[in-house]
Amino acid sequence: MKTFDYEAPVTIDQTITMMSKTHGQILLLAGGTDLLVQLRSGNKDVDLVIDVKGIPELNQISYDELSGLIIGAAVPCSQIYESQPVLEKFPAIIDAATIIGGKAIQNRASFGGNLCNASPSGDAIGAMMSLGAICNVVGSEGARNIPIEEFCIAPGKNALETGEMLISIQIPSPRPNSGSHYIRFTPRAEMDIAVAGVGASIELDSNLDQILSARIALVAVAPTPLLATEAAESLIGQEPSGPIFEKAANIAKQTIRPITDVRGSASQRKHLIGVLTRRCLDIAVNRAVQVS
Amino acid sequence: MSKKMIEKEKHISVGTRPERMDAKEKVTGHALYGTDINLPGLLHGRVLRSPHAHARIVSIDTSKAEDLPGVFAVVIASDLPEADDRTEKAGESTINYKFLRDNNLASDKVLYVGHAVAALAAKSPDVAQNALELIEVEYEILEPVLDVRHAMSDKTEVLHEQIRTDGPNGSGDTPSNIAQHIRHVKGDLDKGFSDADVIVEREFTTVPVHQSYLESHAATAVWGMDGTLTIYSSTQGAFLARRQVSELLQYPMAKIKVIPTEVGGAFGGKNPTYVEAPAALLARKTGRPVRVVMSREEVILGTGPGSGTAIKVKVGATKLGKITAAQAELCYEAGAYPGSPVHPGAMAMFAAYDIPNGQIDGYDVLVNKPRVAAYRAPGAPQSAFAGEQIIDELAQKIGMDGVEFRMANAASEGTERLDGSLHKSIAIQEILGVIEDHPHYNEPLDGPNQGRGVAIGFWDNWGARSSVEINVNSDGTVNLISGSVDLTGSRTTVAMQAADVLEIPFENVKSSMVDTDSISYTDTSAGSRTTMATGLAAVEAARDVLAKLKAEVADMWSVSLDSVVYSKGVFGTNERKSENITFADLAAKLSGQINGHGNVNVENWAGAGGGTIVDVEVDPETGQVKVLRCTAIQNAGKAIHPGHVEGQMQGGVVQGIGWALYEGYQYDELGRVLNANLLDYKLPTSLDVPSIEAVIIEKPFPSNPYGARGVGETPIISPAPAIANAVQQALGKRIDQLPMTPTTLLDKIGVI
Repeated sequence: MKTFDYEAPVTIDQTITMMSKTHGQILLLAGGTDLLVQLRSGNKDVDLVIDVKGIPELNQISYDELSGLIIGAAVPCSQIYESQPVLEKFPAIIDAATIIGGKAIQNRASFGGNLCNASPSGDAIGAMMSLGAICNVVGSEGARNIPIEEFCIAPGKNALETGEMLISIQIPSPRPNSGSHYIRFTPRAEMDIAVAGVGASIELDSNLDQILSARIALVAVAPTPLLATEAAESLIGQEPSGPIFEKAANIAKQTIRPITDVRGSASQRKHLIGVLTRRCLDIAVNRAVQVS
Repeated sequence: MSKKMIEKEKHISVGTRPERMDAKEKVTGHALYGTDINLPGLLHGRVLRSPHAHARIVSIDTSKAEDLPGVFAVVIASDLPEADDRTEKAGESTINYKFLRDNNLASDKVLYVGHAVAALAAKSPDVAQNALELIEVEYEILEPVLDVRHAMSDKTEVLHEQIRTDGPNGSGDTPSNIAQHIRHVKGDLDKGFSDADVIVEREFTTVPVHQSYLESHAATAVWGMDGTLTIYSSTQGAFLARRQVSELLQYPMAKIKVIPTEVGGAFGGKNPTYVEAPAALLARKTGRPVRVVMSREEVILGTGPGSGTAIKVKVGATKLGKITAAQAELCYEAGAYPGSPVHPGAMAMFAAYDIPNGQIDGYDVLVNKPRVAAYRAPGAPQSAFAGEQIIDELAQKIGMDGVEFRMANAASEGTERLDGSLHKSIAIQEILGVIEDHPHYNEPLDGPNQGRGVAIGFWDNWGARSSVEINVNSDGTVNLISGSVDLTGSRTTVAMQAADVLEIPFENVKSSMVDTDSISYTDTSAGSRTTMATGLAAVEAARDVLAKLKAEVADMWSVSLDSVVYSKGVFGTNERKSENITFADLAAKLSGQINGHGNVNVENWAGAGGGTIVDVEVDPETGQVKVLRCTAIQNAGKAIHPGHVEGQMQGGVVQGIGWALYEGYQYDELGRVLNANLLDYKLPTSLDVPSIEAVIIEKPFPSNPYGARGVGETPIISPAPAIANAVQQALGKRIDQLPMTPTTLLDKIGVI
């Protein structure tokens, strides 16, 4: 590991200024569960590490009906899954926050970090994508919002411009009669990375016999987590049932071209997306029925 | 040495569960491990490793690295003297010094990705790391040989031009990757198979699996002005490490002091040395202490895992359930240099059974992977995975319960094994009896896609040399030192045996492991030998103490030595019943020093059998196998410390579950390891294993004073085949490949 500078600003403005004044490679540090590993293994060169854990806006979780859920970019998983509004209204977020790494990792790792790391297998990204999250970004040119499905652009690459930072992630309030779930497959029960993952949110009509809207996100089967739009559309207007989920699962499976790597084969991933999509939809719908 | 066993009523500490002497130091982080050694002026050593699986070294240019500020020295193979082409036993494995030298620092060829090529010392780990990148090595790349079957064909690249197959009919005359071919024959194989009503035949494969000790290898070397070389090492055998360094440096043993640090797991993998000699070379060249600590990646790439194998098995039996013949071909990867555990693999394969006719052919095969090292019952988990599945299948074909079939063919004392040895006292039938009666075997499974599997195994263990000294203090406490590196709590179990012979409280014994200058020769802590053999040395040392104290008493009271008796901590004499003195009071009165010596070479030891009952649930859609319940049964002879025995059994099962479902090296076609980290080399976590019930059987081995047998290795043998048998029951499909990962399972059941 080469030597680098370290700064820990306490405001967003300080951070933006620091980024604009520094030449060379800058990396932002939240929980560090990805970044420190990458630095130690020599995979990343860096001149300045900016620790953003001391910035209040990045450490808050808030919820109201109008703005929805706002998760500060540096909030660790363990705070997310202890948050009352998340526990009550965003089950897919709880699912993801409780399976990332293990207990110790969850005390450090943040959803913002998971997102900025832009790993194809980011569990938090899949869960947030299924819920239609918006990324709140600030840079020297001002603030902008990026839909989460546009945030990751390649393995390890995100849509932030030089000098920009992620402040928070905003997830709209759940519609009535809706439910969500995130599920992944890993060989081990913890300390593992998804071979494939699926997040889904489903909105039913008031009679609970018709799907009004659906979002399905797929993880670890493409260069970035992605939305299975066709599969989700196939559900609209349908009565929730096993065969309908199976059909959507098949569509999801057909739309991906995963790779073979050390964690799984392409055909295994395709197969798993079918299985996981079906299981995920089933649970998301059950949750929608339960909350209604 | 008295052959008599110590009566049960004299087992005061033995059989109880005192707290491990090293527990508090370890759990509070105070114990010193290899990486904790810090000496004034310490330099940091790093090793340059080959990126190629098979290549000739054309040239090495170290000048740019040497010129980097902060770099103190660089060494390569030519800094080591030529070594003898001589092979010696080392634990359950062997060491050839010429090959060891080449494995420490490659001379002419690199034979696996991760093979050490050069080592350097620098003022900081970062400078050392940067300097490695400045060493220029020119390679002539050769075809890598990665598959054991392919390596055995004569149409492949040969790793060592000088190696000829050492076979049952003498030596081969052309270069070969088969370093050795062993053959065990018993009875008439053809007749045995013609007598069979049912024959089952299958081929199995396994991949290299690493011991994955928590602590990586570490060595710190420092030269004294008097020419003494001191090495702090994470080795599991201080004297074994000293012998290797002595051979590699051609330096007298007397001038090498190996100080064993606390060891964070070894399992056989810390018998060979890797970084000790390079650290010593660098320390000599720089005149400063040099510490070399391997990263996890280096441990996986550069140290010896257990063998990958290809195993063919054929077994025949009558309709009534009697095995008539068994045949096996065991092809074991040795890695870069000869010395796979094919011998013990062949030993263990059918050792639990009485087989009238059999043949085993074992092959020690060179491939471009790291030279394997011992791994807990080396060779046996692989052969049991094959053998115990065939036994299961044969029972199914005959229509017999698997345990009943095993019982009908169980080996017992006096049974001739296929390798020609006669079984001593063993307890295979007792183990099967426990399985048959255990609630776990009799309670029904409670869900779909579940299966229950059983397997048994046998391990030969080891005896060998151990030394213990006991010094009596004036307050009646004693200090016990032993030459055994404590891997598993042996400090405690050895002290328990000494306390019982001395008839003093266990708390009055302080037990330590010491360096090679401080005690006489002791073999490595391997082969499940330490509690048994070093324990025996402690018994001998304690008896020596008592004999000397009795002489003191006889002197003090002017009575004959023969009249002095000792019971429950009190000395008396048959000549005057009024006289008595306690151990502590006598200790206070001593004018001279009392020390007892125990030097043993255990040539008569006994193996131990064990078994596993396991329930699994398979998700047929994802291929995931969940172990729901597991019971381990084992014959400990005598559980000196039942808690430690249970710990060994549970630990062995956890590693066995790793072998079965999770662990294995993955290679690309160039021989590069794709999962040289603990994320992708998957060890089971605490959430992946159930609570494991340990059932200890105590069928004593009469030649040990307590009846003790080795216990550490047996428990890893039967979990993988038991799980495979359970998966077969759940899925209706027999899995012939380890590890049984979700990917493998989905592939085998035709889903992907």
